[in-house]
Amino acid sequence: MQQVVSGLASGGIYGSLALALVLIHRATGVINFAQGEMATFSTYIAWSLTTNHGWSYWPAFVVTLVVSFLGGAALHQSIIRPVEGGSVVRVVIVTIGLLLALNGLITWIWSGEVRAVESPFPSDTMSIAGVTVSWQDIGTIIVSLSTVGLLWVLFQFTKLGLAMRAAATNPAEARLVGVRVTSMLAIGWGLAALLGAVAGLLAAPSLFLDPTMMQAVLIYSFAAAVLGGIDSPVGAVVGGLIIGVGLNLLGTYVDFVGSDLRLPAALLVILVVLLVRPQGLFGKPEVKRV
Amino acid sequence: MRSASRTIAPIAGFVALTAVVLVLPAFVTDFRAQQFAYVGIYTIALIGLNVLTGYTGQISLGHGAFMAIGGYTTALLMAGNAQFGQSGLLGIGGGMKDIWTIPIAGLVAGVAGFLFGLPALRLSGLYLALATFAIAVATPAVIKNFEEFTGGGSGINLFGLPALTASISPAHVAGFELNFNNYLYYLAWAVALGLYVVAWLLLRGRTGRAFRAVRDSETAAVSSGVSLARYKTLAFGVSAAYAGVAGSLFAIATTFVNPDTFPIALSIFLLVGVVVGGLGSLLGPIVGAVFIQFMPLWAQQVSKSPGAPAVVYGVVVILLMFVLPTGASGLLRRAGLLASRGYDRVR
Amino acid sequence: MSSLLELEGVQAHYGPVQALRDVSLTVGEGEVVAVLGANGAGKTTTLRAISSTVKRSGELRFAGKRLPAGPEAVARAGIAHVPEGRGTFTELSVLENLRLGAYARRDREVKGDIARVTGYFPWIERRAGQSAGTLSGGEQQMLALARALMARPRLLLLDEPSLGLAPLVVREIFRIVRELNEQEGLAVLVVEQDARLALGAAARAYVLEVGQVAVTGTSAELRDNESVRRSYLGY
Repeated sequence: MQQVVSGLASGGIYGSLALALVLIHRATGVINFAQGEMATFSTYIAWSLTTNHGWSYWPAFVVTLVVSFLGGAALHQSIIRPVEGGSVVRVVIVTIGLLLALNGLITWIWSGEVRAVESPFPSDTMSIAGVTVSWQDIGTIIVSLSTVGLLWVLFQFTKLGLAMRAAATNPAEARLVGVRVTSMLAIGWGLAALLGAVAGLLAAPSLFLDPTMMQAVLIYSFAAAVLGGIDSPVGAVVGGLIIGVGLNLLGTYVDFVGSDLRLPAALLVILVVLLVRPQGLFGKPEVKRV
Repeated sequence: MRSASRTIAPIAGFVALTAVVLVLPAFVTDFRAQQFAYVGIYTIALIGLNVLTGYTGQISLGHGAFMAIGGYTTALLMAGNAQFGQSGLLGIGGGMKDIWTIPIAGLVAGVAGFLFGLPALRLSGLYLALATFAIAVATPAVIKNFEEFTGGGSGINLFGLPALTASISPAHVAGFELNFNNYLYYLAWAVALGLYVVAWLLLRGRTGRAFRAVRDSETAAVSSGVSLARYKTLAFGVSAAYAGVAGSLFAIATTFVNPDTFPIALSIFLLVGVVVGGLGSLLGPIVGAVFIQFMPLWAQQVSKSPGAPAVVYGVVVILLMFVLPTGASGLLRRAGLLASRGYDRVR
Repeated sequence: MSSLLELEGVQAHYGPVQALRDVSLTVGEGEVVAVLGANGAGKTTTLRAISSTVKRSGELRFAGKRLPAGPEAVARAGIAHVPEGRGTFTELSVLENLRLGAYARRDREVKGDIARVTGYFPWIERRAGQSAGTLSGGEQQMLALARALMARPRLLLLDEPSLGLAPLVVREIFRIVRELNEQEGLAVLVVEQDARLALGAAARAYVLEVGQVAVTGTSAELRDNESVRRSYLGY
């Protein structure tokens, strides 16, 4: 049972990053291979604020989210917008170039050494209904699901959210009612970067801070997004929770799958889902008429 | 029917290329020759990837995995492993000579590619990129895990094996004495040039037209009776075979294989290389191979601080996508130096 | 009657293909004007030129001022374009479609407007939460009209409203368009293949041929002129 709770915590992290991937894919049709590095970069910013500049945790958290939002929007406007409508290969290469550049940038600015990061949550555990859970896990679940929840409210109940949803699915018609579609897409990228920052910040205490921190998480998030349906926000979050809990249980109860094979297990999920049911659990099948 | 210029120009270019390849080692240092040997190896992989992505429009971020298959096949055939002792894989006989392992490696990888191509039929564009990305990421971990077959984390060592030509004593070819680096260079380029011809023959005929039809519009292709399944899986098989050959040569060149020899970065660089060189052209692979081999070194010239070369590399790649979306061959085509065949759109 | 919309010498391209060579027309305040012609004559392109969803050049003036570039700006200037194929947001609900129509507005009367618009299309109230993609073709057309109304436009661009719809439904739609014109003073520029239908609703019409205006006049004039009817209007 404890594994389930910590699985949910990891799942919250994977779900957040998966939601970022889905947001970007829905809005701009791009799979952002650099989402993990963007999250790592944000985490380093927060770390730098707290360690090098003596900020306390939560102010640094908020500022990092704002900076990440702006950064994500800026990235969209500068390097994604020019290649959005064009060939798929070109866009893939651009996000890959971004991945390589960000990874190098992190090492360049902050050096590649592994660092320990303090968690904002108390490190002890408590007992709920006879199950021992750590504050870290609880805190992670609360923060990640709150962020996702706030975004859901934004999308479903605000004018801006409505415009963003319209811009994502029908950009041409959205323009006809006056929606500035390009701005909506930039905001989408900004929100995705913000989600990535949340995922990174929550993961840092347990994964330790180094340039490769989010690489495995990115793969798990891909698995979550694919499992849930690459265009379904609900699917991303649910997929993340399933992957988180699933991998944890798998690692604990199946001997063959040591922690070494968790990554290939996630990849297997990706492959199997793509081959058997490409639209995932919640997505709509893509109809290609021949 | 093909106009004379369409046939003469490539042949003339090919002859020129062969001439350059033949004499280059005389003019450069030993170290450079080795680097150009790697360029030859990457060229082979890129010719194959070009067939897949440039001609049938299927994106692969996983060709490093096929190189790994080729590389490990060669290593196992030449050196065997802990479980099989020195008797090689499946008792085929230990210590197979390096050259003979190359076609076998290509075949094994080709079959693997074809088998992957079958389920991959259901995927396209980004989804295929994601699936192949997953394979490339999984490969090092899977290699590490199946220790009995692959030697696990420490891999298989080929250094100093008698089966490895010219590694202990120089090779004698046509009256010339070749040390290991030169042998490697000529071997890699002989294979590359030979496979270039094969690819050219494959692509100029019916198969090539079918490939291009698949890339430009699957719907139209099917309505004209082109079997999508056959040509898409064929493309996968062919490109994987080329990658397998490249991987085999790679293993011979580095004289060992382990899970880190074929990392995810390799798959990424391969795709970057083929796009930078230019999809759908036969000149592209060489340019792309040069880019893969030398760009990281040039990036280091800009700055040696840790991480900086990667930034340079990434930025250059992004800028190239803006400035040269159709790659180097696209640039040459626009300058009127290459015949145009409408290669600008890849799904 | 002052001209609300003025087009003079407008050209438009789809890549290398020139779809409009020289189109000049006017629409007055509260007027219903039809654009007729055969397939490929440039009718839809004319509307696209106005809403700036296609690259255009020439003089385009709305309420005396130059029409801005970019569909978002044109929409905010008070022109609502209902495109060919309705353009409903099929993944959103009926109510959300309406709210989007009012996106560019900053005033507080949006909620009241929903009631007003529902008055013209009573069924909308019942199906407010339904996904727009599940509506029939005729209902989607009406929803598109309603959505356009929500913007309180001064000019409505209507592209082939009869396309793919049963005759009964089409008649109803044109009835509503006439009602909107009479009650709200809404100016309408409607593109139609069915010339007879369009002339019944419009006061004036332009007949396009190969990207230019071939004939123009009041509906009565065009209807009564037999040679015009035969050669340009097909009946």
